[in-house]
Amino acid sequence: MYSFNELRRAAKTAAPGKARTLAILGNCSTQFLAMAVRGLAALEKLPLTVFDAGYNQIEAQVLEDGSELYACAPDSVLLYLATEKLYEEFLDMAPASRGGFADGVLARLEMYWDALGRHANAAILQCTFTEIPDRALGNFSCRVESAFVYQLRRLNYLLQERMAARGDVYPVDLMAVQAELGRERFFDPALYYSAKMAIGTEALPYAAKAILDVEAALSGRVKKCLILDLDNTLWGGVVGDDGPENIEIGELGRGHVFTNFQRWLKELKECGVILAVCSKNDEAAAKRPFESNPEMVLRLEDIAVFVANWEDKAGNIRLIQRTLNIGMDAMVFVDDNPFERELVRSMIPEIEVPELPEDPALYLDFLQRQNYFETAAFTGPGADRTRLYQAELAREKLKAAYASLDEYLESLEMVGTARPFEPAVYSRVAQLTQRSNQFNLRTVRYTEADIRRLAEDPDCLTVYYELRDKFGDHGLVGVVVGRRSGADTLFIDTWLMSCRVLKRGMEEFIIAALMDRAKKAGYRWVVGEYIPTPKNAMVKDIYKTVGFEEAGENRYRADTESFRPGKFHIKESEE
Amino acid sequence: MDREEIMARINEIARDVFDNDTVVLTDDTTAADVDEWDSLTHLLFTNEIEDAFGVTFTLAEVTKSENVGQLVDALTRHLGA
Repeated sequence: MYSFNELRRAAKTAAPGKARTLAILGNCSTQFLAMAVRGLAALEKLPLTVFDAGYNQIEAQVLEDGSELYACAPDSVLLYLATEKLYEEFLDMAPASRGGFADGVLARLEMYWDALGRHANAAILQCTFTEIPDRALGNFSCRVESAFVYQLRRLNYLLQERMAARGDVYPVDLMAVQAELGRERFFDPALYYSAKMAIGTEALPYAAKAILDVEAALSGRVKKCLILDLDNTLWGGVVGDDGPENIEIGELGRGHVFTNFQRWLKELKECGVILAVCSKNDEAAAKRPFESNPEMVLRLEDIAVFVANWEDKAGNIRLIQRTLNIGMDAMVFVDDNPFERELVRSMIPEIEVPELPEDPALYLDFLQRQNYFETAAFTGPGADRTRLYQAELAREKLKAAYASLDEYLESLEMVGTARPFEPAVYSRVAQLTQRSNQFNLRTVRYTEADIRRLAEDPDCLTVYYELRDKFGDHGLVGVVVGRRSGADTLFIDTWLMSCRVLKRGMEEFIIAALMDRAKKAGYRWVVGEYIPTPKNAMVKDIYKTVGFEEAGENRYRADTESFRPGKFHIKESEE
Repeated sequence: MDREEIMARINEIARDVFDNDTVVLTDDTTAADVDEWDSLTHLLFTNEIEDAFGVTFTLAEVTKSENVGQLVDALTRHLGA
């Protein structure tokens, strides 16, 4: 981790590119925090402008319509209430009313959130509360409702509950940062009393990282896939030499280390991270522990792509990337061998290759600290997409058996649905706008609250698309947001699609369904726009491909009266 | 490390923190003598000195030192020199 002084120097520069604006609001001084965030953003090449409201300006900025906060049109607003200030308020309260402290602070937060929701179109980043073990009643404080420790823990708990219920607030878990560093490193009394800053310089880089991790996820910079080596990474020993029954795995000795590592990997998979294997091994030997060793937590069905051969790993990682069709910068490669790590790093600079500690006992803790898999949405059970990728491999095999693409597509028996946004999909739609980079025409990022507003806006025409075929359900794979632009024109504000369903005729299906709905809603013209980014060149000409005519630079339009959709092999479901 | 060496290192830190290559600090220099020296850069300055020398100032040393000389006195006390 960088030191605060390194961040301070870097804060004078900024990463190039279209910057998001983050506003920092605190109940204490936030200059150093803002400086640390600016510096870390510059070093991590995240284009970011930071607005620092200054000492204790939350209410003035949040509640007033024409405040500087709203004038800077932030993309996100960080609310940071230092526990040190809250503790002073707590001690100034009459002892009889302290039992209501947590509820009172939460009510205040909700007032801020609601005001922000009314005045700004920004994601709300809410810091959790660091603990001060004031020990007024010693350990016994934990069971006395009017004690500070009791109220603070209740506050963090209530905060979690409210954030889960609302959906428009993103946590920045400062409590976890303090738990990791320890309070002595997190809080510097001299800095607090001289400048009213409650995060010490030693902890500021870690606090800044927590904030920027959330920012990065909100701006679509997320890791989606973890590629794993096998021997001495996923288990102890070398399966080719030791045999599948003799590798170190299980609850005993060093095996416990690898078992717990696999437990965590399985949890990542359940949360939607794609697991892949890249190993220098004979394929049959490499698969054997997954098939026959009962101590293995991970099974073959947990691995989306399994590559074991004697080719170089950089080439194999490229193969995995092509199969999954995700960006190289969305992948993490974990290998115990420094030679392989260095080779992959030098051949593929975009991929993340952690410098794993030498002792396998430290792998898990080390990787957890890196926080690679920050996300801005969670879709619950069903987040696991491994099966989708495995079905995709089965399709690829089938494709090879057909002479023409049309015959193959017909054989897939595809059924598509097109429906307006509805509450059950708000979270998934928001997640797609945040994570799609390649097939995304204008790369507009939306939060769940934005999606709800769009769905309820009579001047918006929203459609989400699902696709299934005989191999399985692709789920929600396409999103279109149209906005009224003048009396008879619908402007396509957002069109994105999952790259998993490329070249299936889904593009044509999406446009056909959109044109149909636009026409029924009384629109004569539908206008599309392509905004280039470093990642979306693949859709540069998509509007022309699906039958729109050019109408200026990167602009296209189609007439709902005369539009004839292209050919596709997807039946629209009537449900 | 003698006082002269300490002073040289502190001058380096000052030029970096105050972002001004012409700054020259002596024992008698006060915040009023340096344009870029305000309450915020003062904290950055003392923080960087703490990091560079591996010491921790007391609150009073940070807030009550009236000139560079007093800060260097505090620093040498912490260094046990």
